[in-house]
This record gives sequence, C-alpha cells and structure tokens, in this order.
Amino acid sequence: MSAKDRNAITALWDFFCSLKLTIITLILLAATSIIGTVIQQGRTPQEYLQVYSESTYRLFETLGFFDMYHSWWFLALLGIFSINLIACSIKRFPLVWRTVRNPVLIADDTLFRTLSNMEEYLVKASVAEVQGQLSTYVGQHFAAPVLSEKDGVVHLAAQKGAWARFGVYVTHLSILIIFIGAIVGSLWGYKAYVNIVEGTEATQVYPRGANEPIELGFTVRCDAFSVSYYEGTGRPKEFKSLLTVTDGGRTIVEQRPVIVNDPLTYKGITFYQSSFGPAGDPTFNFRVKVRATGETVDVAARQGERIALPGGGSFRVADFTEQFQNFGAAARLEVAPPAGAPRSFVVLKAFPEFDVQRGGEYIFALVDYKQRFFTGLQVAKDPGVWIVWLGCALMVIGSMVAFFLSHRRMWIAIRPVGDKTGIKIGGSAHRNQPAFEIFFDEFKKNLKTELKV
Amino acid sequence: MLSSQLFNIVTIGYFISMVLFVVYLSTRSKAVVLGGTALAYLGFLVQTVAIGLRWYESYQMLGADGRAPLSNLYESVVFFAWTILLIYIVIDLKYKQRAVGAFVIPFAFLAMAWAQLQLNDAIEPLVPALQSNWLTYHVITCFLGYAAFAVACGVSIMYLIKSGKEEKNASGSPAGGILSAFPSTRILDDINYKSIMIGFPLLSLGIITGAAWANYAWGTYWSWDPKETWSLIVWFIYAAFLHARFTRGWVGKKAAWLSVIGFAATIFCYLGVNLVLSGLHSYGG
Repeated sequence: MSAKDRNAITALWDFFCSLKLTIITLILLAATSIIGTVIQQGRTPQEYLQVYSESTYRLFETLGFFDMYHSWWFLALLGIFSINLIACSIKRFPLVWRTVRNPVLIADDTLFRTLSNMEEYLVKASVAEVQGQLSTYVGQHFAAPVLSEKDGVVHLAAQKGAWARFGVYVTHLSILIIFIGAIVGSLWGYKAYVNIVEGTEATQVYPRGANEPIELGFTVRCDAFSVSYYEGTGRPKEFKSLLTVTDGGRTIVEQRPVIVNDPLTYKGITFYQSSFGPAGDPTFNFRVKVRATGETVDVAARQGERIALPGGGSFRVADFTEQFQNFGAAARLEVAPPAGAPRSFVVLKAFPEFDVQRGGEYIFALVDYKQRFFTGLQVAKDPGVWIVWLGCALMVIGSMVAFFLSHRRMWIAIRPVGDKTGIKIGGSAHRNQPAFEIFFDEFKKNLKTELKV
Repeated sequence: MLSSQLFNIVTIGYFISMVLFVVYLSTRSKAVVLGGTALAYLGFLVQTVAIGLRWYESYQMLGADGRAPLSNLYESVVFFAWTILLIYIVIDLKYKQRAVGAFVIPFAFLAMAWAQLQLNDAIEPLVPALQSNWLTYHVITCFLGYAAFAVACGVSIMYLIKSGKEEKNASGSPAGGILSAFPSTRILDDINYKSIMIGFPLLSLGIITGAAWANYAWGTYWSWDPKETWSLIVWFIYAAFLHARFTRGWVGKKAAWLSVIGFAATIFCYLGVNLVLSGLHSYGG
C-alpha cells in the first residue's frame, strides 16, 4: 500500500470518526424526514396525478419521494449514520476500557494540577497513622481505596461508578440493535390483512402491496362480530370479534374475543381487530297491520326485495342504517298502496307504535333485523420485534446511565514532611462535575475534622 | 364542573405570575419576583388538584368508563402546562435563577389560555383505540419530555438575547439594564443542557412506549405515520444538540439555536401534525 493510499484511508477513517459528521447526518435525517410527512406515502400513481402535475410527479418519482423512508438515499443516510456511530465507538472505546480496567493508582503532580478542587495540608501524625485513618475514612464515605507506594509516598486511589462510562456505548449499540431488529422484521416478517365474514373461516391472508396470498398453515374462524356504543350516543365503545383457531383438526383457541388493543397470537402470527363492514344485505322481520281490516301479517324481507301485502299493495326496504340520528336502527320503506302514488318514509325499530300516526293504509313495525358482518383483521408476523425491544430497553438504560451517572475518582498522596505528614487530595467526575464538587467539598471538610487539622 | 373553574383560576394565576416576572426584569425587585414565584408554585398546586378532580369527575359522569384526563386535545394541553410547571419547579429549586420564569411561565399561560378559551372541555368516554394502559405511560413520558424542551427553549432564548447583546457591546462586558437580571450565559447554557438531558431520555421513552403500544394495537411498532416521523425528527434534532456540546464550533449560539428549533419541531409534532397533516393520531385533534 502506498503512502497516498494510506493517507486516503486515514482521511476516510477520520471522516467517519468525526462528530461533525454525526451532527450533520442527524440534521439531514431530521430535515429530509419532513418530506415524507408532507407528501403522502405509498399511494397509487393515479392519486398522485390528481395532486401533482405530470412533471412534478416524475421528479418526485425519480427522487423516491413517494416511498422516501425506503429510498436509496434515505437508507444511505441511515447507513452513514450507522458507520459513523460504529467508527466513533471503535475509536474511543479502547481508551475508555483502559481507563476503567487500569485505573490510575498513582496521581503525580501533573494530574493533581488538572484537578480544580485539589487541597493540601499538614497533620501531626505519622504517615502510617494517617494512611490507616484515611483508608478507613475513604472506604466508609466513598469507596474502598487501592494503596500503593512509590518513592516513599503512599498513594490512595478510589473510584465509583467506573462502568458509567459505558452508558454512551450501550446507547450507541442499542441503536444498531434496533436497526438489526427492523431488518430481521422486514426480511422474515410480513404485514397482511384478512376479512372474514361471520360464520366463515380463512386459511390465507393478503400481504400489503403484493398479490400472492400467504398460507397461514392453520384456520381462523370468525364466530361473531359486534359493535357496542356508549349509551345514548353514536360513540363506539367496543369492536369485538370472536375468533376460533383450528390447527390440523384440533381446536387451539375457541371463541376468543379479540378487541382493539387486545390481539390474538398463534404461532408467531398476531391478529388485530382493525375494521369491519356489512357482509351482504340485512334481512328484516316486519309486522304489518292493514288499517282498514285490522289484519296483521308478519313478513320477512331482504333489502331491496319487493314484498306483496294483503289487499293488493306492496313494499320494499329501500335503505337501512343501524344508527339514525341517535334513534337507533331505522329502515326507509317504499310502499305502493293498492291505489294512489307510492310513499317513502322511515320506520324506527325502537318506536314500533310510531307508524300508526302516519295515517297510511299499512302500519309498519320493524320487529328485528339480522345484518351479517365481516371483521377486518390486520395480520402481522415480526420475528425481529424482540430484538427491537431489546434495543429499546438498552437505549433507555444506556441513556439514563450516560446522562445521570458519572465516574467519580479520588486520589490522595501521603508523604512525610519533617516530623509531620503532608496530605494532597483531589478528585474529579467525568460528568456533572458541579454535583461532585458539592459532595467533595463536604467530604474534605468532614475529613479535616476527622484528622483534627 | 368544579375542575373547570379551578383551571380558570390557574390560568389567571399563571398570567399574574408571568406579568410579575416581566416586571421583575425591569425593576429587579425581590418582592415582585418572590410573588411571581409563589404564584407559579401555588398555580401548580391548584392545577394538580384540578387535574385530580377532573379524573374523579370523569368517574362521576361516566361511571365505570371514567379515565385519567389525558385523552383529548383539551386535556393534553392542560397536562402540558402542568408538566412545564413541574420541570420549571425542578430547575428553579436547583438553580434558583428567578429570571428564567419570565421565559418559561408564558408557555404554560399560553397553553392554559388556549385550552380554556378555545378547546372543547367535555368529558367523553374513550374510543376503542385509546382503551389501553399504554395511553397513560405514552402521554406522561411524551409530555414530560416536551415540557423539559419548553424550559430549554425559554432558557435558550435568554441565552441568544444575552450573548447577542454582549457581542454588540464588543467590550465583552456583561450587559446592563434588563439583561442584568439574566443569569450569566454560562449558567443559561448549563440549564439548557440539563433540561435537554432530562427531556431526551423521556422523549425516547415516549417514542418507545408509543411504538410498543402501536405494536400491541396494530401490529407495527413503526409505520412512518406523520406523528411518529415528527417525533423522530425532534429526537434527531436533540441528538444533534447533545453531540454539538462536545464539538468545537458548535457550542454556545449554535447549540442554543438547535434547542429553539428543537422546541419548534416539538410543537409542530404535538399540534401541527394534528392540525395540518393527517394520520393515525387524528383523534388527538
């Protein structure tokens, strides 16, 4: 390798180790992410062409703005972000590892000079006495000190929370773990949906953005679906599907209620209550009284079906809703009387006597109705999700450690000075120095009392 | 509702507190600033009671469907004001820099005034999507984070005003007049950093609890919906801020600007996304 190549590699390495790169990448990620919140993602070309001109559409399409979080340039930014993070950690970690594994046991004058809170004083006692007193005191009020001797000077070194220095690396690692989890999920997982009509079953689900259905390998049946509302309002309270899972003829789960915020999981595949809708037209039971004769008949009708009535008239259900202006279920009927023009009016299920007042030839009461529903389920398989949660847990722990704990160190040098003993004491914290100063000042004050200085 | 009347009193309390803090900046009167601080603390206490009361009232009105008051825009704005005061009090107890109140209490007052005057304060039961314990964890962590960023933003504005004035004076001597009531730029920078240090892990937790909830309710922990994306944008900005602290050429004014921009993005994430963009969090609006 030539010197030029080596220079190029060093330059590249320095580039990826630089914190400026970190800041710029983070700002770029923040700024570009805005695009995908302004331009709707993953729509059809037709939908885009309604909003944008053809040339704008082409430009955005080329730039990957319609699926920007998976575009090559956004992924490249995330890649640079990851490499930067790894390079910075590789560069700095060995130094930190050495600091933690081989703590400085002997503080020389140069080190003491860097400590802003260094103090020096003399006591009337022998070196051995002072050493014993100090060891006990530091051990009791800070951490057990390590003793060493060099050139007739006794050194005490004590430290606390050395591992706090790893917090930032745990945080960095956690981001990479989350990325790995996301990649595992996108390679071996899927997001799909399936609509199951009440009383029927499904063995396949349909992934988003693909045509081929996925075989579940087991059967899911929807036994029933229901919506309930808060009393007196149209505000939905609960969407509920009763699901039964059978696998190889064996019933695994029977009539398990699945509601929003309470999914069902089997064999790593999870079913979420997501939507619902009517399956086919509802069927109705009406009680019809002929006003003139008092004759009463019970009739069953499907929506739109024309039903003959006694006396030569007929009717059909033109429309139906489960919730009509807070009055509950209502049907709009079109009645063709034996003579005269057809009439159209609304019958409320909750008020069976109401139609008497209309004064028509026939009096209608909606006795009950049956609407079959389908339940819309989101189906997800994500084997990477636990890796993501591991990463998240590490991120929380790592950032808490990095922000709120610090590596605190203390050094003491004891040397004979004439018939007295000289003490030099200093300490530092790698983060939140002011808080350490408060502790250390108090510590030194109490120490002086202890030593009777 | 009694809680609603209490919230009105709190709003007035924050207003007077804010005025007193501003008066303090020009008069530097100890009595005035003591009054402002006392009103802020008192307002916080009354607001705590009022939030508890609203919680209780929800059970009175909805029976078993009662829930913590954290579920619609009105309740979240009120809670936001409360968290701003909470973080402010923590910082005030630690640093005792009274002038900071003049730049933080206005955020709380504006939030309360908007909630009381404009927003719908009816207590309504939860729609199915929100019926989860994750709602409480998610909302509390997010808003504590937002509040810490609000405090950081207020302090950063002070920093920018003060350092701008000092640069103009050229001599580098500390600025006089109103600015003499400000803490030194070194302390302002420190409070800014400490607030973001509190806010950043909370925001991370807020995003994580949101992701956990989304995964539990919908089967995807991340779907690049505008709210999620904006919370990540905020996260990126403050991550940049934290790294700027260790980088030559990025400390001081640039870091303060990042803090202000970060809070602007936070507010857009909280309100702008619901009012301007559409997505999964639409019920919040």
